Amino acid sequence: MSDPRPTRVRVTGPPRRTHAPRARTGDIDEQTELGEVYLRSLLREQLGLAVRILAVLAVTVGSLPLLFHLVPDLALIGLLGLPLAWLLLGLLVYPWLFLLGLRFVRRAEGNEHDFALLLQVLEDDE
Amino acid sequence: MSTDGVPGLVALVLVSLATLAIGTYGLRVSRTTSDFFVASRTVRPGLNASAIGGEYLSAASFLGVAALVLTAGAQMLWYPIGWTAGYLVLLVLVAAPLRRSGAYTLPDFAEARLRSRRVRALCSVLVVAIGWLYLLPQFQGAGLTLSAAVDAPEWVGALVVGVVVVVNVGSGGMRSVTFVQAFQYWLKLTALLVPALVLLVIWSGDGRPGTGGGDGWSMPLGAGNQGLYTTYSIVLATFLGTMGLPHVVVRFYTNPDGRAARRTTLTVLALLGIFYLLPPVYAALGRAYGADADDTVVLELPRLMLGGLGGDLLTGLVTAGAFAAFLSTSSGLAIAVSGVLAQDVLGGRYSGITAFRVGATVAVGVPLAAAVLAPDLSVARAVGLAFAVAASTFCPLLVLGIWWRGLTAAGAVAGLLAGGLGSSAGVVWTLYDGDPESWGDVLLGQPAAWSVPLAFGAMVCVSLLTRATVPGHARRFMVRLHTPEVVPLDRG
Repeated sequence: MSDPRPTRVRVTGPPRRTHAPRARTGDIDEQTELGEVYLRSLLREQLGLAVRILAVLAVTVGSLPLLFHLVPDLALIGLLGLPLAWLLLGLLVYPWLFLLGLRFVRRAEGNEHDFALLLQVLEDDE
Repeated sequence: MSTDGVPGLVALVLVSLATLAIGTYGLRVSRTTSDFFVASRTVRPGLNASAIGGEYLSAASFLGVAALVLTAGAQMLWYPIGWTAGYLVLLVLVAAPLRRSGAYTLPDFAEARLRSRRVRALCSVLVVAIGWLYLLPQFQGAGLTLSAAVDAPEWVGALVVGVVVVVNVGSGGMRSVTFVQAFQYWLKLTALLVPALVLLVIWSGDGRPGTGGGDGWSMPLGAGNQGLYTTYSIVLATFLGTMGLPHVVVRFYTNPDGRAARRTTLTVLALLGIFYLLPPVYAALGRAYGADADDTVVLELPRLMLGGLGGDLLTGLVTAGAFAAFLSTSSGLAIAVSGVLAQDVLGGRYSGITAFRVGATVAVGVPLAAAVLAPDLSVARAVGLAFAVAASTFCPLLVLGIWWRGLTAAGAVAGLLAGGLGSSAGVVWTLYDGDPESWGDVLLGQPAAWSVPLAFGAMVCVSLLTRATVPGHARRFMVRLHTPEVVPLDRG
């Protein structure tokens, strides 16, 4: 049981990459069907995001004139010492617009990051 | 001239000198044609956002909003909301793609997207028309402010603003104006914020006199169905018109890339939101202290509430802010209009920078002459019209051009003509209006609610009918507009 250990031999397969993989950007440059799929997915994500943000804007801010038109008494309800209409339209609407913008910028940059990962021009850093 | 004019005069001289000094500093670093048009596209988001805020907050924001709210109450709050929300719409639909398109001006974008000289020419006409429409009230407002502050004839203020703008724009172009406008945003914010805080302390000390309710002052829209229609038309014009204003769009080309364009726009949203909290404070205080309901309530309120040196200092500060508002917005518009004139009208006769300088003189000279010769044109109406026309023309062109490959040159022309003629016919009619109670006048006075859908409809329908002429490079152009710059792609 005291055989000398055989010298350790590193066993490896053939080099995995003899050349860099064909960049997926080539599919977009050469306008292949696959490239079309990549481009469409980016466009659909970004447009869908824009439409969702605008829909939230329309429902939260765009509906206010109709609401006050239908229920005029609502405008005069006092809250924090101000009539509701002043509180909403003079004060709260501005931070809300900023938050919507912040959400959009984060998501849009995320979509672009995913696109760069898909095309393998960025290493996944997560 | 009484001594009441001294603070205003000092403020005017200081603001003009500071503007020229910062502009001259910019001249030392402006060398190339690219510097002149787009500051060589190297402006960082923080500086750029201040410059956009400085450029965008015009006399209508600084003086007009407080006066409108004082006169008509909460329903006028929709204007500042729309002027801010317009940047959110611009952010989500066009900011990054517009920067990535790599064009200098709106006509450049139209030509690059559609490969059509005809669309380009039409866009150039619209840029100059909207620019002049917006410049006119700036000059008139400057005249009004100066006559209120130092009792000068109205043409003096217009002339002072016009000359400072031509010298500044013509000498340093976009790069120098970027510094000037960034400075002017912070000046305007200070000039409105500091007096507002002082006046609120006085109001608190006076036992907080109320504004008095009643007569619909707190109602956020006008009475009846016409009030509802008018409010929604204002909302549509301001939400969608912002992206089509020539001086707003030209700023996006100064960002280094699409991502920076988005971050700049987000910062602008914050800067505008902070600023627009203040004008309603002046309106409410003006109502509580019985100020006259006219355009100069912001300028008159400090003396009304506070006598002596304090009142004089605050008056000087708000007058300085008002002049900064005229100067910065006029400079931005003059840049945009000069850029188009230099490239499309004067380009053949003069070289790059000379063409830009001649363009600046023409861009300012025409509306200045109009403001001096016809001082009675309605100021507020001209600004509202500029938004309605922009929303009915450039908004559909940008949105469809960026998101829909099927847009054709013929479709763009049809939409621009339908929206442009529809919205401007509406306002020409209102200038001669008869019975302001009728539905016809309401529809024509606030045309955006029908002229924007009309323009979108015309653009889509005619594009579908001329489907065979979709530009061959449309796909490649989409790659350029929407893919992030880190991905190395053939962008045409």
